[in-house]
Amino acid sequence: MGVKTGYSDEVTKGFLFWSIIWGLVAVLVGVLISFQLVFPQLNFPPFLTYGRLRPLHTNAAIFGWGIGSFMGMFYYITQRLTKAPIWSLGLARFQLWLFNLVIVLAAVTLLMGYNQSKEYAELEWPIDILVVILWVIFTVNILMTIMKRKEEQMYVSLWYIIATLVGVAVLYLVNNAGIPVSLTKSYSAFAGANDANVQWWYGHNAVAMVLTTPPLAIFYYFLPKSTGVPIYSHRMGIIAFWSLIFMYLWTGAHHLLWTPIPDWVQTLAMGFSIMLIAPSWASVINGYLSMNGQWHQMRDNYLAKFFIFGITFYGLQTLQGPAQAVRTFSAFIHYTDWVPGHVHMGALGWVSLILFAGIYYLIPRLYNTELHSVKLANAHFWLAVTGQLIYSISMWIAGVQQATMLHATNADGSLHYSFMETLTEMYPYWHMRAGGGVIYLVSLFIFIYNIIKTVQSGSATGETARATGAA
Amino acid sequence: MFDLLEKKPVILLLLAAVVIMIGTTVTMIAPFKWINDPSQKIAGVKPYTPLQLEGRDIYIREGCNNCHTQTVRPLVADVARYAPGSTDGYSKVGEFVYDQPHLWGSRRTGPDLARIGGKYPGAWHYKHMVDPQSMVPKSNMPSYAFLKQPLDSSITERKMKALGFPYTQGELDAVKGKTELDAMVAYLQKLGNDIPWRKAAVAGPLVGDLKNPFAGNAAGGVEGKKLYEENCAQCHGKDLKGDIGVPLAELKKTEGEIFTTIYQGLDRLGMPAFGDTLGKEKVWKVISYISSRKGEK
Ligand code: HEC
Ligand code: HEC
Ligand code: HEM
Ligand code: HEM
Ligand SMILES: [Fe+2]
Repeated sequence: MGVKTGYSDEVTKGFLFWSIIWGLVAVLVGVLISFQLVFPQLNFPPFLTYGRLRPLHTNAAIFGWGIGSFMGMFYYITQRLTKAPIWSLGLARFQLWLFNLVIVLAAVTLLMGYNQSKEYAELEWPIDILVVILWVIFTVNILMTIMKRKEEQMYVSLWYIIATLVGVAVLYLVNNAGIPVSLTKSYSAFAGANDANVQWWYGHNAVAMVLTTPPLAIFYYFLPKSTGVPIYSHRMGIIAFWSLIFMYLWTGAHHLLWTPIPDWVQTLAMGFSIMLIAPSWASVINGYLSMNGQWHQMRDNYLAKFFIFGITFYGLQTLQGPAQAVRTFSAFIHYTDWVPGHVHMGALGWVSLILFAGIYYLIPRLYNTELHSVKLANAHFWLAVTGQLIYSISMWIAGVQQATMLHATNADGSLHYSFMETLTEMYPYWHMRAGGGVIYLVSLFIFIYNIIKTVQSGSATGETARATGAA
Repeated sequence: MFDLLEKKPVILLLLAAVVIMIGTTVTMIAPFKWINDPSQKIAGVKPYTPLQLEGRDIYIREGCNNCHTQTVRPLVADVARYAPGSTDGYSKVGEFVYDQPHLWGSRRTGPDLARIGGKYPGAWHYKHMVDPQSMVPKSNMPSYAFLKQPLDSSITERKMKALGFPYTQGELDAVKGKTELDAMVAYLQKLGNDIPWRKAAVAGPLVGDLKNPFAGNAAGGVEGKKLYEENCAQCHGKDLKGDIGVPLAELKKTEGEIFTTIYQGLDRLGMPAFGDTLGKEKVWKVISYISSRKGEK
């Protein structure tokens, strides 16, 4: 980058700052609801009951922490890959402001019980409109930056970014279609089984377009940057990309196995879910092969650890997911604690590890300094992974045990256990999960402390200034 | 071809959109033609009354669906647990045509509620919602005592119109002065009752002579006491003196008759069926316990 670039990283800093705040909120609420499940006295009605807090947890996590960091990182990555400055800095600044407004409104209204009830689409219609404006601004700004690019070839991260922009737009608009009756209340435009099928087309592809393609864009960009090794196969990246975005959209009904939606929709979902292993693992293998000859970095370079563990959990997640999509296995574990075990291996082990790595990579560069403490970053890593494994493993065991008990029958065909007998068996596991959550929370505090110290030791003019000056 | 795409962002974007729309069209748009098809219609399924609809909206507001599902799957254990006594009491597509949004849920921290209507007397729900642990000691369901507040009926009519549900002025007036809890119980008592799954219920394996295998066996009574406290005390009282349910200490029935009552329940009188959830053996143990306390005052 010999030329004067004019990159602007101010909004990236802003998004990262706020996404960390929302991530902290998400985990704090996650720990609180974990404890509520074992100590119901911890519900403080009307605002702080489990039923209202759980959607706050998922929204803060997916939209505040996930999307917030993605927005910041996408602006950073897009400028570097196009060798062009943000198309409109003013719009980007406005976007940061609007993003925080949306998240604050979301938190307040969810606690007040304004809620469309569809999972991951809980926000009521006025906020939905703000979200749409937010997304249009983001999309236009990124696409215009790409249009004005000075580097003709678009690196794989940019495709994943483009797919995210289109995908989220289509999903969000359809599933939130509704009939407003007041400013705070609306009804879904779809009814019954139709509504369920639209919802899980959305819900599952939110996993695709929010919890898969953005972290992949980040992974493909920052892994080479952090380790100095290029991605092993560009061609494999291309094939994986197109087959991934093709197959994902067929599989929503694996959340509805055995429910009254048509059998053929369920069967298609099951088949495509299994096929999804191929494009998912293509990225995993691409990551592993890139590390060929460089595995010593797992010891020497703390960032490599985050990325390689992250992609490994992604690999495990995309094997477990297809298994859950098989009818016979679903009959067993659907609705049980097994599923939160699956969810949090992805949310904590894949999405969050990749985001942590991206932030660790960026902050020293944005503030023209070195990371305050690699030791603390390692402590963060091991505590986060420990907390996450305690969470997921305890929930898998809990899920299998509860499923076994729920299905157990006596010789006369009657059920062997009452519902309450299965519930009380879950309490020890839920205590364990809450413990895992606390460990994870501690790791998060270490991360935040390390970041604050790093920022304090730096100067406000980071890589932008350096890139402008240096050869 | 792919090399070309990498230099053409607009084409890449459009192609990505097309690729996304293929699966979407087949698995999301096309099923509109089959789901809720007239042939799947069930005549008995009725829209919500104003009071029930308000109850449903409170269910949504409180996020009950984060812990409760509303679909019984066609699996042996699901049907036995959530549509007890029936063989085909699983959920049918035609039952949900008035549900905007659906409330099927994805997690069963608590039991499925698709067929909760009529399982308990209203009085049970009032007590349970206010203080779940008083009815089911180890439950982790939050207390919803605050639902005793008055129901806001200012937009009830607008809601009915928006959904196109029929209503009468009388029904609208009936909502006034009600509490949120009244609405919630009205909603819960409707759930799953529009199809006659209970009438389709088989009599259950009650053939053969109904003789208590634990007669005179003290151990049966000891376990029976525990079972009684977990399953029956909430309605019949810890001392069998009666509460929501009748007193059991002075029953004049034979053990065989009592067995039938407990096993099959007393439909619509608020005595739930325990055959599928407890099974024969445990039901006999409870009876041993009840008999052991016979005549106590
Ligand atoms: C934290 C999870 C949780 C939330 C939130 C919750 N419940 Fe429950 N619910 C349970 C559990 C566990 C049980 C089983 C034990 C019991 O009966 O209390 C239960 C039982 C029930 C039952 C009795 C079911 C049966 O077949 O015996 C009803 C009815 C019910 N809940 C309604 C509601 C309503 C209405 C709401 C929302 C206002 C709600 N619940 C919110 C966990 C929850
Ligand atoms: C949800 C509340 C509820 C629960 C729980 C409940 N019952 Fe009942 N039970 C009732 C009601 C109400 C009646 C009275 C029905 C009527 O009006 O005749 C009744 C009636 C009975 C009768 C018949 C009494 C008679 O006079 O013929 C017996 C026996 C009985 N219950 C036993 C049990 C046992 C044993 C359990 C626990 C396994 C149990 N019940 C659990 C509500 C309940
Ligand atoms: C370690 C901190 C966390 C704890 C203790 C925690 C705890 C919980 C709990 C108790 C639930 C409800 C589970 C249930 O229904 O039984 C939940 C659900 C969920 N959480 Fe977390 N969480 C944490 C972090 C996160 C993060 C960082 C994310 C996302 C990036 C996340 C995403 C979700 C999602 C998507 C669900 C819904 C799962 C489902 O519907 O099955 N969580 N979490
Ligand atoms: C090949 C890839 C994947 C497949 C086929 C898959 C499959 C599934 C299935 C079948 C379920 C439903 C489980 C049930 O309720 O019975 C599920 C739930 C879920 N999965 Fe995955 N999964 C995949 C990857 C991922 C990834 C990478 C994430 C990222 C975090 C993820 C996040 C979730 C979440 C959040 C849910 C819970 C949805 C809910 O019930 O609210 N999945 N997955
Ligand atoms: Fe899915």
